[in-house]
Amino acid sequence: MATLDTPRPAAVALLAGLSLGRWKLIGLAAVLAAACALPFVVSSYQLLLATQVLVYAIALLGLNILTGYNGQFSLGHGAFYAIGAYTTAILLDKTGIPYWVTIPLAGALCLVAGFLFGLPALRLEGHYLALATFALAIATPQLLKYKHFDYLTGGVQGIVITAPDAPSGLPLRSDQWFYFFCLAWTLPLFVVGWNLLRGRTGRALLAIRDHPMAAATMGIDTALYKSLTFGVSAMYTGIAGALGALLAQFVSPDSFDFFLSVRFLVGIVVGGLASMTGAFFGAIFIEFVPNIAEEISKAVPQAIYGAMLIIFIYFMPTGVAGLLRLLGARLRRLASPAAGRSHLPPAR
Amino acid sequence: MSAILETFGLSAAYGPTQVLQSIDLAVEQGGIVTLLGANGAGKTTTLRAVCNMMVRLGGEIRFDGERIDGKATEDIVRLGIGHVPEGRGTFVSLSVEENLRLGAYTRRDKLVARDFERVYGYFPRLQERRNQQAGTLSGGEQQMLAISRALMLRPKLLLLDEPSFGLAPLVVQEIFRILRAINEQDGVSMLLVEQNANIALALAHRAYLLETGRIIMHGPSAAIGADETVRRAYLGY
Amino acid sequence: MQAFLHQVLSGFATGGIYASIALALVMIYQTTHHVNFAQGEMATFSTYMAWKMINLGFSYWLAFLLTLVFAFVLGGAIERLIVRPFYKAPVLSVVAVFIGLLLIINSLSGALFTFTIKPFPSPFPSDAWYGSRYLSSHEVGMIFVTFAVLAVVFVFFRFTPLGLAMRAVAENPVSSRLVGIRVGWMLALGWGLAGLIGAVAGTMTAPVVYLDPNMMFGILLYGFAGALLGGVDNAWGAVIGGFIVGVLQNLAGAYVVGTELMVTVALGIIIGILVIKPSGLFGRTIVTRV
Repeated sequence: MATLDTPRPAAVALLAGLSLGRWKLIGLAAVLAAACALPFVVSSYQLLLATQVLVYAIALLGLNILTGYNGQFSLGHGAFYAIGAYTTAILLDKTGIPYWVTIPLAGALCLVAGFLFGLPALRLEGHYLALATFALAIATPQLLKYKHFDYLTGGVQGIVITAPDAPSGLPLRSDQWFYFFCLAWTLPLFVVGWNLLRGRTGRALLAIRDHPMAAATMGIDTALYKSLTFGVSAMYTGIAGALGALLAQFVSPDSFDFFLSVRFLVGIVVGGLASMTGAFFGAIFIEFVPNIAEEISKAVPQAIYGAMLIIFIYFMPTGVAGLLRLLGARLRRLASPAAGRSHLPPAR
Repeated sequence: MSAILETFGLSAAYGPTQVLQSIDLAVEQGGIVTLLGANGAGKTTTLRAVCNMMVRLGGEIRFDGERIDGKATEDIVRLGIGHVPEGRGTFVSLSVEENLRLGAYTRRDKLVARDFERVYGYFPRLQERRNQQAGTLSGGEQQMLAISRALMLRPKLLLLDEPSFGLAPLVVQEIFRILRAINEQDGVSMLLVEQNANIALALAHRAYLLETGRIIMHGPSAAIGADETVRRAYLGY
Repeated sequence: MQAFLHQVLSGFATGGIYASIALALVMIYQTTHHVNFAQGEMATFSTYMAWKMINLGFSYWLAFLLTLVFAFVLGGAIERLIVRPFYKAPVLSVVAVFIGLLLIINSLSGALFTFTIKPFPSPFPSDAWYGSRYLSSHEVGMIFVTFAVLAVVFVFFRFTPLGLAMRAVAENPVSSRLVGIRVGWMLALGWGLAGLIGAVAGTMTAPVVYLDPNMMFGILLYGFAGALLGGVDNAWGAVIGGFIVGVLQNLAGAYVVGTELMVTVALGIIIGILVIKPSGLFGRTIVTRV
């Protein structure tokens, strides 16, 4: 075991010399560069998958804000994804509004819808809230198929929309353009989410999660914060839905069934609760697993999701992101034992 | 006189918090032993440790010669230990009679009916209220019910956690009078945890004094009661 | 008027199914404070077992009986093997595990029995003497079976030592250990009973809605609405709630919103209860007001 006296290899010393903050910045820059380079190096189909990953990541971030940070629950976020998707689809189908305006409109609508749903629903805790949102998820396809709404929703057949073209003057294909469009939404949403959770609001959210009674006595209006959080989380997922609709160029009621909400749940459990990077890992998981698994049988993806939920909760409750954090901490201790020692509990 | 309960180096903790350090105590067959001490000394923890409830144990506990440390609570109870817990632990939504019947849950013999009579004999008020919901009983009656429920087990050893708590002095006297009767007539051994040291020493044959998880004094009740430091700290004179 | 009566009685019949599911949910909730999201899937899978046995030539009632045994064992096994390790886990973990269970059982049904809809026989012949304009013979049979199950459950809990022990565990597991009750086995028993009740609900429902892996999704929801309506900590309230939901749903479907929006009606009931009276008609408050 290396001590402060033992001479260490120069490379290790250099790496260890960098602070954690520096490391993170370097990592982030690298990831960003890779993300921007992606559309030019992969095939059209792979780019489609990558864009879908971005979309799911936004949706999962929304669910994470709710579940991970605020201790609240939703098995029904598929509903907000659907609302976002249909908002974009209907606006494009019926009005002349340009596609990029529909995104914030979808987000705003979902913000309101989420807040309104949250008001009564958040009187419940834990299991009951889960059940109420479960009801929402199951009711969604039914509502979308309701024949009196057909003139808007297109009924069972749904609505077809055309993909947006890249603005003239840019040497990009439409799918490349759309990838960057989604990236342009993903980055600020993540940054906003990050700030939200680190600043005053974030501390309030964490307080509510851990000590709801105490938070109330400190003057934090719990009910308002909870409903607002639900609204914001719905907004994120709604924006994801809107982007998803543009990506798929199609919306139909049965693509927004209960299993969509389940996919989101699996995403955050596998990726890691209350973790931003977790949203990405989760998105990758739920995008690629069914593609591979469905080749075996239609039933297999569900079984895999179910097994993954149980396995991850049991063995890796902090998800992939948590695992990486653990590994990161181990590596740090290896590289600079002095720094690492401070993380250990005091000797008895 | 052999011991019905013995502990050797018993230690207990709640999570990372160590409460009992190393306790050696014994209750002889047919005897009444009381465990005294201030709040937080570890008295309740000792009783819980005997039944392996909520604590992490170390050391050895023997009941009737057999080791019981590490066994599940329900298996320890089935060996013949009745535990009247802190707060009584009655099933408040069930009737008095259902509570008593639950006390006899593990019994396979035919003498259960006789034990109902015995218990109603000790506590006639319970018989009057046999079909009443347990939660509607007064504090004293609930304590009687808790003791009776433990008796329905036909225990060899009764563990009592602060039976006088929150009760009027007259009620406490009545209950302790009946405890003595139970001990003398039915030969039930008892380990009694009490804050009210006066009444505990009046009932018990021997006493242990517990302070921050250690036994600092033990002996016959009369000797403990006469001790100067004990009198000033715990008996109020 | 005749049509109205038919709707009410028909709703009462389906209400029996919801009441059964509500009862199963409440039973597990009372002993463990967890909501069994996989309740519907367990029922569906058991019903598939019955279907398989009938297809193999077993008589209906023999298959029914064996299915009950199977459902009982399945429920107990799930509790012991999968649910038990998670009791002390936070709510999100527990719900995630239950959803995982839901998915696994659902896909098992699909994998073993395919996703094609299957007809399921009713033991009550359609021309039986007890059928009428108001209620089909199957609906009469459903009501009868539901009441029989509820009666057996009532007698069990009220008059048997085992039932008493389970009530004790539901109220106070610590004190239950102190009287020697093996709490672990009681929990498994509770799950077994819930599974059994679910199987009855499944076999009674399948002839009407046809058997497919997603059969019980909506019904689980109605059961929950019924439990919430009656008061989720009160078994008999839950049962009454289930019947009310059945009637309300039928009336809403016939006269108000049309039959396609049934699940939305359930959602509406749930939200409505939460807004107006969260503890339900008969229950104690479950809401924590801060």
